[in-house]
Amino acid sequence: MNKKTLRRILSLVKKYPLSLIAVVIFAATEVAATLYVPVLVGDGVDLITGAGQVDFSALSAVFLKTGVSVAAGFVSKWLVGVFNNRLAFYVVRDIRNAAFDKITALPLKYLDSHPHGDTLSRIVSDADEVSDGLVMGFTQLFTGVITIGGTIALMMITNWKIALIVAFVTPLSVFTSRFIAKRSYTFFKKQTIARSEQVSFTEEAVSNLKTAQAFLHEEENARDFNAYNAAYKDAAMSATFYSSLTNPLTRFVNNAVYALVVLFGALQIASGGGLTVGGLTKFLSYANQYTKPFNEISGVITELSGAFVCAGRIFELLDEPEEVSDKGNAKLSVTEGNVELTDVSFSYTKGQRLIEHLTLGAKGGKRVAIVGRTGSGKTTLINLLMRFYDADAGKITVDGQDIKEVTRESLRSRYGMVLQETFLKTGTVRENLKIGRESASDEEMFAAAKACHAHGFICRLPQGYDTFITEEVNLSAGQKQLLCIARIMLCMPDMLILDEATSSVDTRTEQKISDAFDKLMKGRTCFIVAHRLSTIKNADIILVMEQGNVVEQGNHQALLKKRGAYYKLYSSQFAGGAEASEEN
Amino acid sequence: MLCSMKKLFPYFKFYKKECVLAPLFKLLEAAFELLVPVVVARIVDVGLGAPLEGGGYNADNGYIVRMSFLLIALGLVGLVCAVAAQYFAAKAATGVSYKIKNALFSKLQSLSYADYDRLGTSAMLNRMTGDVQQFQTGVNMFLRLFLRSPLIVFGAMIAAFCIDPPSAWVFAAVIPALFLAVAAIMGITTPLYKKAQEKSDRVVLAARENLTGVRVVRAFCKEEEEKENFRERNAALTRGREKAGAIGALMNPVTFALVNIAVIFLLKIGAIRVNGGALTQGSVIALYNLMSQILVELVKFANLVVTVTKAAACGSRIEGVLNMNSSLCRMSENDADARTKKRGYIVFDNVSLTYGNGAESALKNISFTVEKGETVGIIGGTGSGKSSLVSLLPHFYDVTCGGVYLEGKNVAAYSTRELRKKIAIVPQKVALFKGTVRSNLAWGNPGAKDDDAALWEALDCAQASDVVKQKGGLDAAVEQGGGNFSGGQKQRLSVARALMKDAEILILDDSSSALDYATERAMTDAIALRRKRKNQTAFIVSQRASSLINADKIIVLDEGEVIGAGTHEELLKTCSVYREIYEFQYGKNGDGATSGRISGEKEAEDE
Repeated sequence: MNKKTLRRILSLVKKYPLSLIAVVIFAATEVAATLYVPVLVGDGVDLITGAGQVDFSALSAVFLKTGVSVAAGFVSKWLVGVFNNRLAFYVVRDIRNAAFDKITALPLKYLDSHPHGDTLSRIVSDADEVSDGLVMGFTQLFTGVITIGGTIALMMITNWKIALIVAFVTPLSVFTSRFIAKRSYTFFKKQTIARSEQVSFTEEAVSNLKTAQAFLHEEENARDFNAYNAAYKDAAMSATFYSSLTNPLTRFVNNAVYALVVLFGALQIASGGGLTVGGLTKFLSYANQYTKPFNEISGVITELSGAFVCAGRIFELLDEPEEVSDKGNAKLSVTEGNVELTDVSFSYTKGQRLIEHLTLGAKGGKRVAIVGRTGSGKTTLINLLMRFYDADAGKITVDGQDIKEVTRESLRSRYGMVLQETFLKTGTVRENLKIGRESASDEEMFAAAKACHAHGFICRLPQGYDTFITEEVNLSAGQKQLLCIARIMLCMPDMLILDEATSSVDTRTEQKISDAFDKLMKGRTCFIVAHRLSTIKNADIILVMEQGNVVEQGNHQALLKKRGAYYKLYSSQFAGGAEASEEN
Repeated sequence: MLCSMKKLFPYFKFYKKECVLAPLFKLLEAAFELLVPVVVARIVDVGLGAPLEGGGYNADNGYIVRMSFLLIALGLVGLVCAVAAQYFAAKAATGVSYKIKNALFSKLQSLSYADYDRLGTSAMLNRMTGDVQQFQTGVNMFLRLFLRSPLIVFGAMIAAFCIDPPSAWVFAAVIPALFLAVAAIMGITTPLYKKAQEKSDRVVLAARENLTGVRVVRAFCKEEEEKENFRERNAALTRGREKAGAIGALMNPVTFALVNIAVIFLLKIGAIRVNGGALTQGSVIALYNLMSQILVELVKFANLVVTVTKAAACGSRIEGVLNMNSSLCRMSENDADARTKKRGYIVFDNVSLTYGNGAESALKNISFTVEKGETVGIIGGTGSGKSSLVSLLPHFYDVTCGGVYLEGKNVAAYSTRELRKKIAIVPQKVALFKGTVRSNLAWGNPGAKDDDAALWEALDCAQASDVVKQKGGLDAAVEQGGGNFSGGQKQRLSVARALMKDAEILILDDSSSALDYATERAMTDAIALRRKRKNQTAFIVSQRASSLINADKIIVLDEGEVIGAGTHEELLKTCSVYREIYEFQYGKNGDGATSGRISGEKEAEDE
């Protein structure tokens, strides 16, 4: 699995061959320059042995070489950074674009059954993690490995005995930090638990400060909070302390290596064993530098394994099957607006039956009201009509055309839909109202807004129709719903779907816009989910749904006479236990 | 960091010892570290002695060994100091943040409803969690590094001056140069990264909207447009990051180049000085080693500055909250408005309410009186001021003008405790708390926590007994926010909690909106019966005329004004708006017991 993931990431990286080559070349140059400078300094030190013994002409040559190396190091260090960034950012951009395209092409079945937060975190944080961890990580790994190799080689050339000390003792610091990391993991875990307990208490308490005041519950809350707070303090103290031991301990190991190099180095020099003072200087700077790549590599490895998991999650999303393409299908042409369902069966999960063998017909311009309890399949029916989901069996036709054989776009653009859950784009009021028909004039827009009594509050917004609205703020749920109704009024579709369309609008406003609604519905085929009594009463057909099946259909009077499911629902929901009226 | 946060100083006082010891030990560690190059120089100069003809040195091997062990010993002492420093720093940082969090929490609890509205829940939560956390990290790092890093950097320079003043000038030149370079790069990149972050937020927003609004996007066939839009935002983000990254990538090479150029100068000056006999080879090595120590420490120091700046920003936000005082006005008994001459148990005397400056009035010139034991219904559309009206009685908000009086005394002249003890409220926004059914009901009356009979009686009355039995009784768990109960179930538990309080006054703020009509009716009747027994006064806010028919007085609100008051029958005759609401729910021809909506979803609704 990892190999496959890796190959896939490589194929993404391969799209930028120039950057990739640049990273490899400049990383190598950078390492070479970084390692060569201490060599030159060591050579320089050897030329400065004592009074009157300095070889200035040789020294100038060393300085020149050092200057060139520093310049080369400067340029290549910067270019590695630049190209590496570019590679990482381009890859993450491509992944994100692909993931977003995927969202727009995935069947709703997937999006409905996976938490949005999860999908979002794949597109956002997982993608970042892949670029940080894998692309940046590989470069670090590459640089680290050649640094270690280069250092060992250079040390061996200078003096193999001391080289062995540095090469084998230094990694001790890596083990030390690993050891500490393992130990502090337990403390971190405790800290995480204590923190999440404290945060969840805080969230609850702070979101409900008003309730606490109303019940004079402040003292108890403060006491409880203090308990959580104290527990967190202790856990945080241990975790912070133990994890902060890493640096001093690795520094101590380094210092020990340093001392050993000094000891054996000096003894070697003294015995004339082939090491010079300049050589010792080289070793000392290598001993200083040598730990860095080890620590980096060990960090990168942890990060890499995380990045692989993230990459796996993104690829999983990208591999989800898309909706069947409707390219080449004919466009739907609506003449009457007759909608017919023939023997339709559908369920969200295999084995759990929902809609079975449903047949119904809505003649053009008729109002169909759908009533039933939660989970009875009202919204499912709408999902099928809009082709958010495809029926498992059976056929749905609009004016005789099978909706599976026309393009989704041509089908959906014929429906106007207002749902209980309002959704507005982040943008101006104007943009939101004209979303369905951008060519509409402002006059038409005003008319639509006035018809559903939204014009007044829109004008009272800070910038009127140009006020920027965001999902979370500015508007009440009722106002948002009014805007959703207005945008449908503006596009005047052939057929309507209203799912609890005014559930958040207060009763007074609802009364006021009912005329506009009536006007909108006139001459259009309408599917209306459980709503105002008058709407239901005035519907041409009422469908009573129970467990995915239409158990009764007919008009209000006929259904009440039946004293069946509709009668029961009607009396329990409307009448508050009293008799249902039958006088009409 | 220091000047802006006077208010936070007291919290450090509890950890005075730690706050002094942590940097002190760090200082010691750094001092020992600075000795290392000096010892190495001694080994080269003294230990090796003079070079012998034909290779080798006239060395003092014993000296070399002793000095090497001294190096290890220095490392060991440094380790001990460092561990002590980390310990004290961690203790101080976590301790201070503990104290601050407690203080913040108490402070928040003492503020008024108006303060909460102004601050907003998410801001308050951010202060309590993210800001304190970041402050803690900042304190920890500050205590550890604020002495160490400057000491190493400047200590290295001082050490250099001790070794050889002419060479040390290289240090004096390169340190400010490094400092400037690091500061300049960070100064340029920080706003660039911030901009990139904003662009990233826009990308996230686009993705989120297309997930939550997928049905709308598809219904309006906007997929291609949205793809285009996302690509643009994504490209902008990439460009922003690239730009910031290109400059950020300079940090490493610039410092590398500066330090190594300094090394060349150091060697050059050193060569001249050694040649002239003023300096030894060992000293040159020492100077070189000191130079390499500077680089690592300077980068750390730059990071410290960033972290501490961020922490200081958090600190001053925290301080902002700690500096607040409840905006609620309190009257003394002798105040002119403390008492009213008007008779009545509860008197609203020409009350107006405006939330914040410049907002439209939520309530305008409201006057009415209520006698003890009466039932007052309040009806009107959303935003008509129903909840505002009932929130004035427990003095959750200050009136803008006029006065609210309970038993002749202005509510602002009561102590909060005394006043709120008299009132039980079922808020519109139902809030249950993690714990058990029992612990939640005990909010109403902590003393009755173990009185099962009383608890069941309240649950019965609120029509919640079946729910609780089904969940496993009084000790059934309640998840955070009551997550394991449906909207209607929570509403009933919230009513039971208020009933437990047995206060003089009961306020039900739209507390049956999620119930079906049959359950609502049963609850209303049970509460009415119970209240009669206890002679409890009640305010019932509702959108449904059906819940208020039996009230002694119904107040009809529209845009903050009373447009009708009286009994149901009176209002049907006199108030057209009330009649409309009633007819809309019951049908024009009074076709009996039919009301507004048909829906099987009431029970499942969640706010």
